[in-house]
Amino acid sequence: MNLSHEWLARLVPHGKSAEQIRDLLTAHVATVEHFERLRADLAPIVVAQVVASEKIPETRLSFNKVDDGSGTLLEVVCGAPNVVVGAKYPFARSGTTLPGGMKIEKRKIRGFTSNGMLCSADEIALGTDHDGIYTLETDAAPGTPLLDVLPLGDVRLVLDVLPNRSDLLSHIGVARELSALTGAKLAGPPELADLPPVPSPAVTGTQEASAAGLKVRIDDPLDCARYTAAVISGVTVCPSPDWLRAAVESVGGRSINNVVDATNYMLHGFGQPMHAFDKAKLGGGTVMVRRAKAGEKLTTLDGVERALDPDMLVIADAAHATALAGVMGGKASEVTDATTDIVLEVATFNAQRVRATRRKVGLSTDASYRFERGIDDAMVPQALALGAALVALVSGGHVDALIEVGRAPAKRPPVQLRAARVARVLGEAVSRDECAKLLASIGFEVVVDGEALKVTPPSWRHDVSRDVDLIEEIARLRGFDRLPDTLHGARPGTVPDHPLWGAYRRVRDVLVGAGLHEVRPLPFTSGRGERAETVNLMRVQNPLGEDEPFLRASILDTLARRAEYNLNRMQGNVRLFEVGSVFAARPGGTPTEDVRAALLVMGQRRPPHFTEPQPPAFDAWDAKQLAITLAQASYPGSSVTLEPGTGHVLWYIVVRAARVGRVTRVALDAPVWASPAFGVEVTLGEMSNAAVAPSGQHAHGAKKRPSGVAPAVTIGRREPVRYRAIPTMPAAEFDLALLVPDNVPAADVEKLLRSASGELLERCVLFDEFRGAGIPDGTRSLAWRLTFRHPERTLRDKELDGRRALLLKTLESTLGVRPRTA
Amino acid sequence: MTLAEFLAKLSALEGEAPGRIAGTSSLDEWTVLRNALVGRQAGEFTAIMNELGSLPKEERREAGARANAVKVALEDALEVRRAQLTAKAAESGPKLDLTMPARDRWQGTVHPVSMVIDEVVEIFRELGFTIALGPEAEHAWYNFGALNFPADHPAMDLHDTLYLGADQVLRTHTSPVQVRTLQQYPPPVRILAPGNVYRRDFFDPSHAPMFAQIEGLVVDEGISFADLKATLSHFARRYFGPHTKTRFRPSYFPFTEPSAEMDVQCGVCDGEGCAVCKHSGWIEILGSGMVHPAVLEAAGLDSEKYTGWAFGMGPARTAISRHAIPDIRILYDSDVRFLEQFGR
Ligand SMILES: [Zn+2]
Repeated sequence: MNLSHEWLARLVPHGKSAEQIRDLLTAHVATVEHFERLRADLAPIVVAQVVASEKIPETRLSFNKVDDGSGTLLEVVCGAPNVVVGAKYPFARSGTTLPGGMKIEKRKIRGFTSNGMLCSADEIALGTDHDGIYTLETDAAPGTPLLDVLPLGDVRLVLDVLPNRSDLLSHIGVARELSALTGAKLAGPPELADLPPVPSPAVTGTQEASAAGLKVRIDDPLDCARYTAAVISGVTVCPSPDWLRAAVESVGGRSINNVVDATNYMLHGFGQPMHAFDKAKLGGGTVMVRRAKAGEKLTTLDGVERALDPDMLVIADAAHATALAGVMGGKASEVTDATTDIVLEVATFNAQRVRATRRKVGLSTDASYRFERGIDDAMVPQALALGAALVALVSGGHVDALIEVGRAPAKRPPVQLRAARVARVLGEAVSRDECAKLLASIGFEVVVDGEALKVTPPSWRHDVSRDVDLIEEIARLRGFDRLPDTLHGARPGTVPDHPLWGAYRRVRDVLVGAGLHEVRPLPFTSGRGERAETVNLMRVQNPLGEDEPFLRASILDTLARRAEYNLNRMQGNVRLFEVGSVFAARPGGTPTEDVRAALLVMGQRRPPHFTEPQPPAFDAWDAKQLAITLAQASYPGSSVTLEPGTGHVLWYIVVRAARVGRVTRVALDAPVWASPAFGVEVTLGEMSNAAVAPSGQHAHGAKKRPSGVAPAVTIGRREPVRYRAIPTMPAAEFDLALLVPDNVPAADVEKLLRSASGELLERCVLFDEFRGAGIPDGTRSLAWRLTFRHPERTLRDKELDGRRALLLKTLESTLGVRPRTA
Repeated sequence: MTLAEFLAKLSALEGEAPGRIAGTSSLDEWTVLRNALVGRQAGEFTAIMNELGSLPKEERREAGARANAVKVALEDALEVRRAQLTAKAAESGPKLDLTMPARDRWQGTVHPVSMVIDEVVEIFRELGFTIALGPEAEHAWYNFGALNFPADHPAMDLHDTLYLGADQVLRTHTSPVQVRTLQQYPPPVRILAPGNVYRRDFFDPSHAPMFAQIEGLVVDEGISFADLKATLSHFARRYFGPHTKTRFRPSYFPFTEPSAEMDVQCGVCDGEGCAVCKHSGWIEILGSGMVHPAVLEAAGLDSEKYTGWAFGMGPARTAISRHAIPDIRILYDSDVRFLEQFGR
């Protein structure tokens, strides 16, 4: 909402500066977002005094010595005839840019140097007088900024009005607040002091009324509670008087003509949207409020032809729609220079209907904005009388009749307020009488009712229905900054940390430690990513773009796109992870939401070093290690196994017999120089969106599992580590190099080695794989190192030899695996 | 073997060993010699010791003591020589240029928005807050209805919503977690709820269709606006510095009443006004207010008995201004050259 500081001061003569008003409004009412001096372009112009002046022969020019407060007298050539020694003028020093864009430079004229310009009114955009320089009647010292001397500095305050406070969408509404805050009384603005009389009383009817050749009828009383109209004849449509033009421009509007400007003045001044019709263009001398007909069309004032439908409310004459009610007028009945008779409309349209209409046509206007938020409906007849008189004043017309159809709004129900409740909500006692005084100061009707107050909100407030609404008024009028702010101790809460928060922090710690970057990208997807997961993609009904209309079903899908983004920028070392939600559509219900952790690695395994200028790239075995690390952090205390997968899935991650994730080769749209990408994704748990309890109820004490706490596998309680004695006896070890057929998995061999080695086996590590010379086709040589230790004595060579022989025998008989002979 | 023979062998070894030890000229030679002298398998000393068992029992004590003394002497001499050879090796070998760089490891990083969340969480943890989470795919009732949003009202325009179905939305704020938590757990409730929220805002330098939010909620008997002011001002001082000034401005959220925005005085200009604070002297930090009784009632609580306050803040805004990030999209792009900057 654009506010003019001067306009406000005319409505409430507060005697305060614009800065003070800004601070008061921000602290007590609504935030002033911008603060703009409208004639900031004049800021560099100063007051200067002519100290000496002489004519330059054979010219109209004078050569002057000017005091601009700088301490040095400046030489200035001037072409104006009215230079007077001792007089003061607006002065632009060389280097200054004038409002019109002209830059003043130091220059030579007829051999005389000129160091600036003494300005005419025209040159500094103060009027059209170009006959001579502008003489200032001021005591101000030379060098004083011109804006401090002339009353030119209206200030525009842009108020951030939130949807609950439609009363602040007018100068009168803000003036009411300033009156309460400063104690200054509201005043009739001087420009409305000499309005012509209007007929009284109005011609009324509940559904229809006629006067002065106009019939007004409401067909849809649910959407239009009251419609009022004035008939004004004999108008002359022409440019507005200066004051009206200035008022319209002071709030950022454009002056159009006297009639339109008058309606805009009423809108910005009093918050009442008005519309003027050319009466001659209203067929049948009729104004009717009705729903639009299917197939009906209307060209609005902006020249756009709009298709109407029965959800929209229109104003119509006997035959056609002539305006979109509460939104915009029609082109055909627009007031033009040829207009002589006017119908002026002020009405109360239903907020939801205006909202529906303007959304359908995609057209938000100053009027619709106010109707949607609520206008001061009780004031409609007064607004009509005032608006009609104003139009008559500025157009030379005559108000023939005021017509009023429909009903006045019911008074709002009173709200009870107890001082004890005020103290409990604010943490500070405010007396009943103080509450009453504050509320009355902004127009609330207050009646003392025992210990309590009965408070009736004024017709311009649509946001007050409960005691807390009144408490807010009291708090802000006193000032939030005045309220106490002592920190008190508090009872501990009953809510345990959500388990998925702990999981997130554990996962993040280990993956950051492993050299990965956490990312927080957008979770939308084209649906062409991760193959197996595209089946149940959740589609956003009104997506930001048709290229990515789905919510992701896999975080790896997102990370793959982020990797491609990096590859496109020649970044081949990509190590990213994210903990976030994935979604799947569920027929007839809300989508399922799982929280997952995922990582993607590609590129060099380590940073290059002079000892290793070309580090190897990440491979499947790095991915397997990262998967184990990630899974253990996700499910601490549970054993993690990786089952070989097929296709692009390298392994499935299994925790307590449940598949909780997978390790994949990630297919990317990648340049030839890129290394392979590997991904790991683990489900941490379900984030249930089931309702906790029905509306108005809670589930305290219910046995069921709290919503949103359903991990895929119950996160294990970490058993305390039991101390094992540090070994004192030496270990003994031997290696087994085995020829293992390709169809025998290494894991089977290792499992056998472990089970057949006996309890003294301490470690069993696969440390070598070899294929090639000396190794039969279809087999590979795999070598394990086995470490044994007896807790109480040194193992003898003979004992080890026995074990070795036994193992080889068992391997051959069970798996057909033989030792590799030198 | 007799005791005399045993002792003679020990003395012979004791006599000749020092010379052999001193004669080693490299660590390799030294290792060979040590194994030859005291190696457990084939050492000369070990061989002598293996004879100990053949002595008469009453002589073993004397023999053992003498053997031990010889062993200590041998090991001392070996150790001295090893130290000498090690020092020599370090001098004579190719010298390390110790100015060369360390072997490096990849440095992982926490996202700058997560860093802000961590810091906020840490401060509120000190005040006894726990962490609550909720779904991003949310029922319209939890997102709007339970939070006292008037149906079909311009207040809804502040939350341009991405819809998943007639009654399902991508949550537009973390406030639904307030209602879920209040339905689940009885007061006292003191929670912080970080999470992602969605708006139908197209990407531009200062808007994103999804961003992080941190919600805070306190509900108990006897909670007042004074507690809200005190706690949030305390937070501001812990976060921005002990002398941080705060101010509270009237605001509007359907689910709080009274509602207030909290600003902190601009640290760049100390409130004088500068480009960072858009010449207001203040920086907007969070929205807050007393929990609307309608919200408590939606969660089945007695709004006469219980009162509460809540706040919501956007950590991305803090991250952007703290790190001077010119465009919010950088936070989402996941460019490794950006992420790496938060490593050290
Ligand atoms: Zn500043």
